[in-house]
Amino acid sequence: MHKGKGMKFVGDSRISAERKPNIPKDYSEYPGRTEAFWPNFLLKEWLAGAVFLVGFLCLTLAHPSPLEGMADPTDAAYIPLPDWYFLFLYELLKYQFASGDFILLGMLVLPGLAFGALLLAPFLDNGPGRRPHQRPVAVGMMLLGLVSVVWLTYTSAANVDWESRAEANKPIPASEVTIDTEHPGYASYENSCLACHGAELEGGAGPTLVGIDLTAEEIATIAVDGIGSMPADQFQGTDEELEQLADFIITVNEAAE
Amino acid sequence: MLQKIYDWIDDRIDITPIWRDIADHEVPEHVNPAHHFSAFVYCFGGLTFFVVVIQILSGMFLTMYYVPDIENAWKSVYYLQTEVAHGQIVRGMHHWGASVVIVMLLLHTLRVFFQGAYKKPRELNWVVGVLIFFVMLGLGFTGYLLPWDNKAYFATQVGLEMAEQVPLIGTQLKILLAGDATIVGAQTLTRFFAIHVFFLPAALFGLLAAHFILIRRQGISGPL
Repeated sequence: MHKGKGMKFVGDSRISAERKPNIPKDYSEYPGRTEAFWPNFLLKEWLAGAVFLVGFLCLTLAHPSPLEGMADPTDAAYIPLPDWYFLFLYELLKYQFASGDFILLGMLVLPGLAFGALLLAPFLDNGPGRRPHQRPVAVGMMLLGLVSVVWLTYTSAANVDWESRAEANKPIPASEVTIDTEHPGYASYENSCLACHGAELEGGAGPTLVGIDLTAEEIATIAVDGIGSMPADQFQGTDEELEQLADFIITVNEAAE
Repeated sequence: MLQKIYDWIDDRIDITPIWRDIADHEVPEHVNPAHHFSAFVYCFGGLTFFVVVIQILSGMFLTMYYVPDIENAWKSVYYLQTEVAHGQIVRGMHHWGASVVIVMLLLHTLRVFFQGAYKKPRELNWVVGVLIFFVMLGLGFTGYLLPWDNKAYFATQVGLEMAEQVPLIGTQLKILLAGDATIVGAQTLTRFFAIHVFFLPAALFGLLAAHFILIRRQGISGPL
């Protein structure tokens, strides 16, 4: 910045009245084929970024992000598993020397040493040589750490049956169905339908009756004549009871919407 | 017209030196994949930043629907996944970005390590970079709880149990994170949300700024 006596300012500000020309630096004097970041290299960088983004979006589209069922603290059978980048720590704690009485060794000392060494690498490996063969200790330790992390992650992940895990923990929204047992049609439902369609119409041997798009007449017809694999004559009763049953199912459906 | 607007602004806040500072820096031949294809290893850092930008943007959109409350957190994520237009893609980008950013960070770290690029005078930038790595792992850990599904809940419970076993400060550390000595619940979720959305990103932005300013100060390390 220009300093000294005789400077002119814009108004009463500290902005110099002299304008600097807005021209890029000349890189012809620089060694090799040095080029300007703006705009030459940035354009190429954007191209690389675009290719990367397309690949990333393909991954996103091909594998929708997983979501399991809503957290249930009473589910004692659930086997917890961290995200993959913490699996190596999780696996380490299964070793005898890193769990039980030695839990602090596995939880704090070993990871602390490894990550502490990573943080302080430039001060531990402070020789002048940059090439890997000039600093065998540092490179050796890094390779050792890398191999152990990869190995631990692999052994941890290989023992998990990911597909059955996902299958057993599908997201199911909580039922918002309210069953009015006082409804005149409920008794008929209980007698004729509940065994297959469930106490809350959630389904069982038969499909769920919540969210069906049928009129009362159609429901009554199905109850008498059956549909698909549902046999006929499931309903035994008077025509008035049949009407009340259909009305009950319609009422539950309307309440659930 | 544009030039006039630029001149008007430049006349008042002297923007040219700032702009030339940002725009003018050389890209040496040995880091340019256009000249040496093997120089693509120098892209890992930039791509990490690119994924961080994706994470920030997708995260901002996620907070438009997400509710940090144990009653509604899972429901809001489920709604976003199943009902909202492109909600699945936005959440997918955030979910997969969290993994990709770790992979890219690892690759960038390995490139810098094996090239010995952290040697004098670049020690401090390495330290800042490793701190960014730690902040990223923290973001991954706190973000894992937010969908409030079984996976999130039980993994967090394990994490908090581990925090409790830290000598001397274990219990306090757990209470700081979970909001209670025994319950993993409503308090835990709001605390993890606050850490994930405000505290750690603030630390991340500061560290990233330091990382980039140091790179500009020191330039890219020379060829081996």
